[in-house]
Amino acid sequence: MRDLVIIGGGPAGMSAAITARESGIQDILILERDGQLGGILQQCIHNGFGLHKFGEELTGPEYAWKYEKKVKELGIEYKLNTMVLDITKDRVITATNSSDGIFELKAKAIILAMGCRERSKGALNIAGTRPAGIYSAGTAQKYVNTMGYLPGKNVVILGSGDIGLIMARRMTLEGAKVRAVCEIMSYSGGLARNIEQCLNDFDIPLKLEHTVVEIHGKERLEGVTIAKVDKNRKPILDTCEYIPCDTLLLSVGLIPENELSKKADVDISSITNGAIVDQDRQTSCEGIFACGNVLHVHDLVDFVSQEAELAGKAAAEYIKQGKKQTIEIAIKTDGKIRYTVPQVITDSKDVTLFFRVSDIYKNAKICVSDGDKQILSKHRPKLAPGEMESITLKGEQICGAKELYLSLEVQ
Amino acid sequence: MERKLTCIVCPLGCELVVTIEDNNVIKVCGNTCKRGEVYAKNECTCPKRTVTSTAMCDNGSLVSVKTDSPIPKEKIYECMQIINSVTVKLPVAVGDIIVKDVFGSNIVATQNRS
Repeated sequence: MRDLVIIGGGPAGMSAAITARESGIQDILILERDGQLGGILQQCIHNGFGLHKFGEELTGPEYAWKYEKKVKELGIEYKLNTMVLDITKDRVITATNSSDGIFELKAKAIILAMGCRERSKGALNIAGTRPAGIYSAGTAQKYVNTMGYLPGKNVVILGSGDIGLIMARRMTLEGAKVRAVCEIMSYSGGLARNIEQCLNDFDIPLKLEHTVVEIHGKERLEGVTIAKVDKNRKPILDTCEYIPCDTLLLSVGLIPENELSKKADVDISSITNGAIVDQDRQTSCEGIFACGNVLHVHDLVDFVSQEAELAGKAAAEYIKQGKKQTIEIAIKTDGKIRYTVPQVITDSKDVTLFFRVSDIYKNAKICVSDGDKQILSKHRPKLAPGEMESITLKGEQICGAKELYLSLEVQ
Repeated sequence: MERKLTCIVCPLGCELVVTIEDNNVIKVCGNTCKRGEVYAKNECTCPKRTVTSTAMCDNGSLVSVKTDSPIPKEKIYECMQIINSVTVKLPVAVGDIIVKDVFGSNIVATQNRS
């Protein structure tokens, strides 16, 4: 029997492990499927990480190194090249690697920290052929930054998520020509700074309200047809434009990777695609916690690390004291607010609710109420789906509440 | 003259309005921190960027690198050429200088490789 097993050695897994150790848990094991710790940060070689956490601008590998160093200093055990195959509700983990074979572990607590995956082309249904040369932006990032391959020389990017923007600059610096970045929405899902330093710096056009309607080419991609979309996001056919290219990168969103969580029967939210959790990031399965991008996709790794600290501390308390649920308050939202994490509160201490909105709202008021009673309202000049928001409730404000309702009043 | 900028110093991405008279920045609005003001002034006089890339190691693997301070924006491609022409002797650790004095900055490793 192990005290704590953490699935995933990326920023969430490492941060959770460090906090659990600092909270007094000696027996910790991290299982990581890659050959090194750090997760996706190892291929995110651009800078901009760590401003919140460390007050300096780090590259992805440098941010990972800060945590890896700490994991090693604290002597936290980890297994690399180890794939977890199964988790059960009663916390039996089946994993495999080339030296141990297939092995089972029973844990007092598990922290799920598997991160997320990119949404694929299959999920998009673009018409046309299926030639080589179509990659998710993250795959292209892995090729360029860790393997040294340039996937192509003439590039169109569909979707303006941050990875797509970062790759537009990266491919340009390595000698490719990025023809356009197409975004179906009227705004980019990426950070404003990335529009500026990844597209504008290199005169790469951002085509808002545009999408790829057809893929051309037999063996290798030869071009794409793009078109403007109407307000229902349907292509306007007389705006079709052919762009010759040998590479199409897709940056169309991330999905938490919860195959293992589902095997353990953890309740999954249909909105976040991550587990439904309480303020301690404990899932519907006792002793199984989740944090980082496997729980909901974060904007910044700094926030992933913070969330993992919550899970690491709570898992340590659970291992020492068992479950201590005193109350149960469900949190509902009005649709303008798409979701909150946590979705349920089981303890009457101060709690920060993280949430995303469904559209861009200006001059809005976030209201939290318990039945007819308004508990809190906060004004925000601007809210956007690409930016995670948060609101903190005091223990005494939620004391006695049955159900909290989060809504947005737009003037 | 007024110039609008998007601050790139941190993920907030503040919309800055810079007032310029006789090629001098006399006022910066819209920033939420001091770094934004510094960025706006630099951006209107000598725009700079941190360059991040990868360099080839002597065993054929890659190591990620960066300029340890921002370099003039118009030197980005020359900086890339310099990075792409070096071979890094292993082992290398985070912070090791790969190339000294590149447009006022050093190229340093951001990964450990052995």
